[in-house]
Amino acid sequence: MLPVPYRVTDRRVETRDSATLRLEPVGVPVPAFRAGQFGMLYAPGIGEVAISISAIGSDGALLHTIRDVGAVSRALHDAQDGSVLGVRGPFGTDWGLETAVGCDLVIVAGGVGLAPLRPVVLGALARRADYGRVVLVAGARSPEEFLFREQLADWTARPDMEVDQTIDQPAIGWDGPIGFVTEPLGWLELDPQRTIAFVCGPEPMMRFSANVLLDKGIPAEQIRVSLERNMQCGVGLCGHCQLGPLLVCRDGPVVDYTVAAPLLAAREL
Amino acid sequence: MTPPAAVLDRAGLDTLIEALIADGYRVVGPTVRDDAIVLAELDSGAQLPAGWGVDVGPGRYRLRPRADAAVFAHSAGPQSWKQFLHPPRQRLFSFENGAGFEPDPEPPTRYAFLGVRGCDLAAIATLSTVLGSTDSFAKRRKGLLVIAAGCTEPGGVCFCASMGTGPAPGPGYDLALTERIDAEGHRFLVDVGTEEGARVLASVASRPATDAEVDDARTAVADAADHMGRQMPAGDLRALLRDSRESPRWHDVAQRCLTCGNCTMVCPTCFCTTTEDITDLTGEHAERWQRWASCFELDFSYLHGGSVRVSGESRYRQWITHKLSTWHDQFGGSGCVGCGRCIAWCPVGIDITAEAAALAAERATDD
Amino acid sequence: MLRNEPQMTDALDHFPLLHSLSAAQRAKVVSAAREVTFPARHRIFDEGQPARGCWLIRHGRVALDALVPGRGTIIVQTIGPGDVLGWSWLVPPRQWHFGAVTIDAVNAVEFDTTRLRALADADPALGYPLVLGLFDAVLQRLQNTRARLLDLYGSPRER
Repeated sequence: MLPVPYRVTDRRVETRDSATLRLEPVGVPVPAFRAGQFGMLYAPGIGEVAISISAIGSDGALLHTIRDVGAVSRALHDAQDGSVLGVRGPFGTDWGLETAVGCDLVIVAGGVGLAPLRPVVLGALARRADYGRVVLVAGARSPEEFLFREQLADWTARPDMEVDQTIDQPAIGWDGPIGFVTEPLGWLELDPQRTIAFVCGPEPMMRFSANVLLDKGIPAEQIRVSLERNMQCGVGLCGHCQLGPLLVCRDGPVVDYTVAAPLLAAREL
Repeated sequence: MTPPAAVLDRAGLDTLIEALIADGYRVVGPTVRDDAIVLAELDSGAQLPAGWGVDVGPGRYRLRPRADAAVFAHSAGPQSWKQFLHPPRQRLFSFENGAGFEPDPEPPTRYAFLGVRGCDLAAIATLSTVLGSTDSFAKRRKGLLVIAAGCTEPGGVCFCASMGTGPAPGPGYDLALTERIDAEGHRFLVDVGTEEGARVLASVASRPATDAEVDDARTAVADAADHMGRQMPAGDLRALLRDSRESPRWHDVAQRCLTCGNCTMVCPTCFCTTTEDITDLTGEHAERWQRWASCFELDFSYLHGGSVRVSGESRYRQWITHKLSTWHDQFGGSGCVGCGRCIAWCPVGIDITAEAAALAAERATDD
Repeated sequence: MLRNEPQMTDALDHFPLLHSLSAAQRAKVVSAAREVTFPARHRIFDEGQPARGCWLIRHGRVALDALVPGRGTIIVQTIGPGDVLGWSWLVPPRQWHFGAVTIDAVNAVEFDTTRLRALADADPALGYPLVLGLFDAVLQRLQNTRARLLDLYGSPRER
């Protein structure tokens, strides 16, 4: 599959090592992304990485939030307005917002896990009446490491949304909770039958959060996580993203916890 | 309606090869090179490994001269047919700054594979299930002529019978040959599988096979099933591997396994690849290449800057579990065809059938 | 408002702390409990003070803090509804190791821990499940603290 050329039309710095790129198609766009899916973003000559969609522009523009952790992601993270990148996709399973209509949504984000979850929040707010409670619990190491800080402030101010941002490390001047993301998650009183949870972040964070939700009586089928593995082809042909029986690019990244639990519990799977 | 079987003599086989070449096919078949039976492009039937057999065991492969001039009496060579359908290195596209992305045009090669055993025929079908949606594989598969070989002399590491892929070749061949050498001479029973096979056969002289000849060939192949070097344990291998994730056996294998990846290189169904992006110094011209990869590579699976499967245990477990179990989840069937190459070409002689049997024995004592 | 014993018992059912106690044991423990409310920014206890009292938080949040010379008062942990505040009363030296101050208005069930310890000393069959319940709360806090120590959100470039 050939990458499709997309131009960077806006670059917004999120944190010291993350930036959100707004991409617009040079010619024919790729098919529409759904929340939870990812694209393979190509930095010409350097390489490709899998990056989840972090917002879908009304005009079809793609917003991807990229953290600089390696050679390819650095090149993408550093891309300035006007540069041309390649996009392949959309790939993978999505968060399935339409199947959560009528339910309370509990969105649990750890670190940059907030990026793949942002479309869930935006999707729910776009059709607010379709959902019950919309609760976001976001954890980060420190206050300046939250993504989308302006948007988080907007969401916090909304009366129809509940937002808790919690930090791992003590910080002066922070008047929000201090503790691991599972702690404010644990304070919530939820209606287990009505609740669908969307969890994204490092694997241990997802496991710990899922355990808190299971303890509250939320069935595993109602807990959705976003799995991650290194990807190369994005279409189930290269074998790198295997996690047990799953090809994460094709059978994931979003799966429910009945599928994910045994896989996350196995060592070195 | 299956066309009747025919008989080709040894010279007829050479003529068949000539006819294929004249027809524009690139004929690939077994040859002797570097003390092994190696698949290579044939100019003529003289290059076939006449009179060579093999002695195979775990971690062991030797050529041995035969008393007769059989050309297909060998098994478990160090390569499989996958290198022609799924090349070890392939350029996917090139990128010119300003001109965009250009896919690599697939060369219109028509291969004719000569001497594909049942196990390898099943492997081609398995690879089709995995890779058939790619342009490159689909084009090569479409232009392919397969001349299978019924196996009459299975090798010491063969277990196709217990994997249901042999010794008789399954469907998917254009022609199938069963080699017979005895007092009556050196000849091949030819079964026709497709119209293209029939057309190719018609271009050389052959005669219809007698019932006795057909019986003799079928019996020889069927008997081979009783002479397999080894077999997989009976039972549901998919469930066995799935339930063995925490088995102490992995530690045992890890004491022996060098994670060298030979098994993945010789396996006819291993398909994993890695992409490599390169650029020239100006950055104006970039290319993406694809090369064979192995799940035994330390960084095959990584997350957050570090490897996921660090221990040899986890990598061996990944390979055998994928091959025998999760392949079913991903592609709807087993990944193993029972060719035994992984056993022969493992430097320390790890035997996939023995490992499966050990896991099965463990489950039996657990219950 | 927990106006009577059944309401108090109901409220306490929300807390896993007392789940292993029998009904009779729970009744004894209830006799050492009362409902309390604190306004926002109210200091419940100070680091170093004698540790008396244990609070099961029903509504509101409490900050645990420590004074670090040169850095000031640092909030090290926030606890909220469902959490147990105050463990140091159970074992010597029975001194608070951190301070606790309310963030917003807090409603809690407060235990007279002197009375609780007397009940436990007199009846180990009550004391043991009570301590197990406390242990579970400590374990949860420890796991969460360890999760924070793992620095899961750190970048591979830092390692």
